[in-house]
Amino acid sequence: MFGVWLRTEKIVSEEKQGTVMGKIEKDATSLGNLKPTMSPELIVQVKEGVSVKEMSYQEAIREALREEMLRDEKVFLLGEDIGKHGGAFGVTRTLFDQFGPERVRNTPISENTIAGTATGAALVGMRPVAEIMFVDFSGLAMDQIANQAAKLRFMTGGQCRVPWVIRMPQGGGAGKSTAAQHSQSLEVWYAHIPGLKVIHPSTPYDAKGLLKAAIRDDNPVIFLEHKFLYSFRGIVPEEEYVLPIGKCDVKRAGTDVTVVASGYMVWHAMLASQMLAQEGVDVEVVDVRTISPLDEETIGNSVRRTGRAVLVAEACRSYGPTGEWAAVAMEKAFGYLQAPIVRVTGRNSPVPFADSIENGVWPDTADVESAIREVMKY
Amino acid sequence: MDIPRDTLLEMYRRMVRIREFELAAIDLFKRGQVKGAVHPYIGQEASGVGVCMALRGDDLIAGTHRSHGHNIAKGADPKKMMAEILGKETGYCKGRGGSMHIAAFDTGSLGALAVVGSGIPIAVGAALGFKMQGQDRVAVPFTGDAGINTGNWHEGLNMASIWDLPVVFVLENNHYGVSTNIEYSVNIKDLSIRANSYGIPGVRVDGFDVTAVYEAAVEAVERARSGKGPTLLVTESYRFEGHYAGEPEVYRDKKEVMEYRKKDPIPRFRTYLIEKKIADTGVLEGIDSDIKQQIADAVQFAKDSPQPDPSTAMDYIYV
Repeated sequence: MFGVWLRTEKIVSEEKQGTVMGKIEKDATSLGNLKPTMSPELIVQVKEGVSVKEMSYQEAIREALREEMLRDEKVFLLGEDIGKHGGAFGVTRTLFDQFGPERVRNTPISENTIAGTATGAALVGMRPVAEIMFVDFSGLAMDQIANQAAKLRFMTGGQCRVPWVIRMPQGGGAGKSTAAQHSQSLEVWYAHIPGLKVIHPSTPYDAKGLLKAAIRDDNPVIFLEHKFLYSFRGIVPEEEYVLPIGKCDVKRAGTDVTVVASGYMVWHAMLASQMLAQEGVDVEVVDVRTISPLDEETIGNSVRRTGRAVLVAEACRSYGPTGEWAAVAMEKAFGYLQAPIVRVTGRNSPVPFADSIENGVWPDTADVESAIREVMKY
Repeated sequence: MDIPRDTLLEMYRRMVRIREFELAAIDLFKRGQVKGAVHPYIGQEASGVGVCMALRGDDLIAGTHRSHGHNIAKGADPKKMMAEILGKETGYCKGRGGSMHIAAFDTGSLGALAVVGSGIPIAVGAALGFKMQGQDRVAVPFTGDAGINTGNWHEGLNMASIWDLPVVFVLENNHYGVSTNIEYSVNIKDLSIRANSYGIPGVRVDGFDVTAVYEAAVEAVERARSGKGPTLLVTESYRFEGHYAGEPEVYRDKKEVMEYRKKDPIPRFRTYLIEKKIADTGVLEGIDSDIKQQIADAVQFAKDSPQPDPSTAMDYIYV
């Protein structure tokens, strides 16, 4: 039932059949007032002259999986309903038909053993890519992820490596009404554990290049996909490319203020920057597309140049990512700061259901804009 | 089953090696030379040795916090093990793991995993990896009786059973999860009947009888290796020592312990070997004395070895 929430518009048009159609169209329509403002032109990452194609964030993830499975027979997928059904969000759709039930392996609902199975298979030479349906469910897998996979190499003195990826959708979609157990942003759960790498891409280009890098990485990598971004479209190169893990990406260069953001919040940061540019405020947007290990240098260098920092994350405020980024900005650029650091974050609350109280639980463009105006007063 | 003489004598060697290793570890712990905790396997030697002697070198085991015995049973070097529990750079895990995390990948031990039941999903994954790569290897997760009530257990046995994976799940019933008796924790007497829930064979065997464990393990391993799927093997045993060395054991009667100590698997196996004329007292005493020396050498090696250099504290976190 979850699969109907966030299908891309393209898939909607492909699926004009069956009784769910009306609901999908309705859902897609309900996003209408938000989507047009986030046009792909806001973030352009491919150089002139490179042969390109347009695809959604969801398609980019699927293409990364397909390419890596074709490249390396040790790569296989496992997770709940990822087979013919294609996963709760349709990400693995078509891969089952192409690669079959051995390499696109449906599992029972057993999150801890999905993660543990990935670890065991990785220890004997496979390169598993597991899907956990929602990051909210990953609490069930926490022992295998945080106590086992993350620590095995260390506590065995380097005798082994655990080259897996666990993909998990996270975040809320504005107006999606998915309430408290299907909407969280939990990147800091994993970023707090040494031994794990944590990636959260904001664009189709980043999603594809970083997922390919994650699959080739010899460490356990948590790959967090933003549910609301699945339908976002962008330009990616025709040719193969792999992006570096562990680096922030400057999505927009600027001189007056640094906005540090990740995932969907990057888009709010870009939109706010575009609006403020008309008033002569030159914003630099740093996308923390690898949450951990954190690229402290890029954040520090940017804040040293601009002297101002606004930090934007969808996760709850307390002990969230922005606390870490603020400490980095302070440690790396204290003497250069011209204004207090301002945080824009999710509310310290479980995500509510009803519109009236769901509204405002996550930051939006106006919140980022107002925070930038705040630091520009100094 | 006709078990070759060499195999029987190697079983005896490994059981005595475990016993002597554990006695030395307890002694070092009581002297304050082993930090942290030691969870002795004394009394359960026949279980680990009976199972591991049925495995090939390239088969994999996954252990628990109480896995000195499993590692030695699988062929680990007592020197590198003793060095590990003393936190030395020459240990299997270069002093990063300690008593509860000894892994010896060179002998097919992918690690002592000290959260109860956590080795089960990992062994299931290793078995999946074997199957997908067309290898005829087998994975064996050991768990104490208390592991039977974890989510790992249910999820892992189920997953292995639906995919017919080459796993032998060994449940060592030593009767206690820390202080809690298994009779309190489950509403069944015969733990092996839980196999029925997963549609796999459940076998219950006297865990003090190394040949009985071996014979049951050979059958389960053969089943797994030939692609017929997993087996649950319950070894009925007992933990002679406390949960950890020096633990006060307020939850059990000393008489109960004394009764079980009468079943000690090592004297029992000695008698068997002598009665079956596999070896005479002289041969067995020779083995005993060699092993005592081997463990004394291991202790000396461990004591003489350096701790990890502080400059290497951040090594092995990432590849």
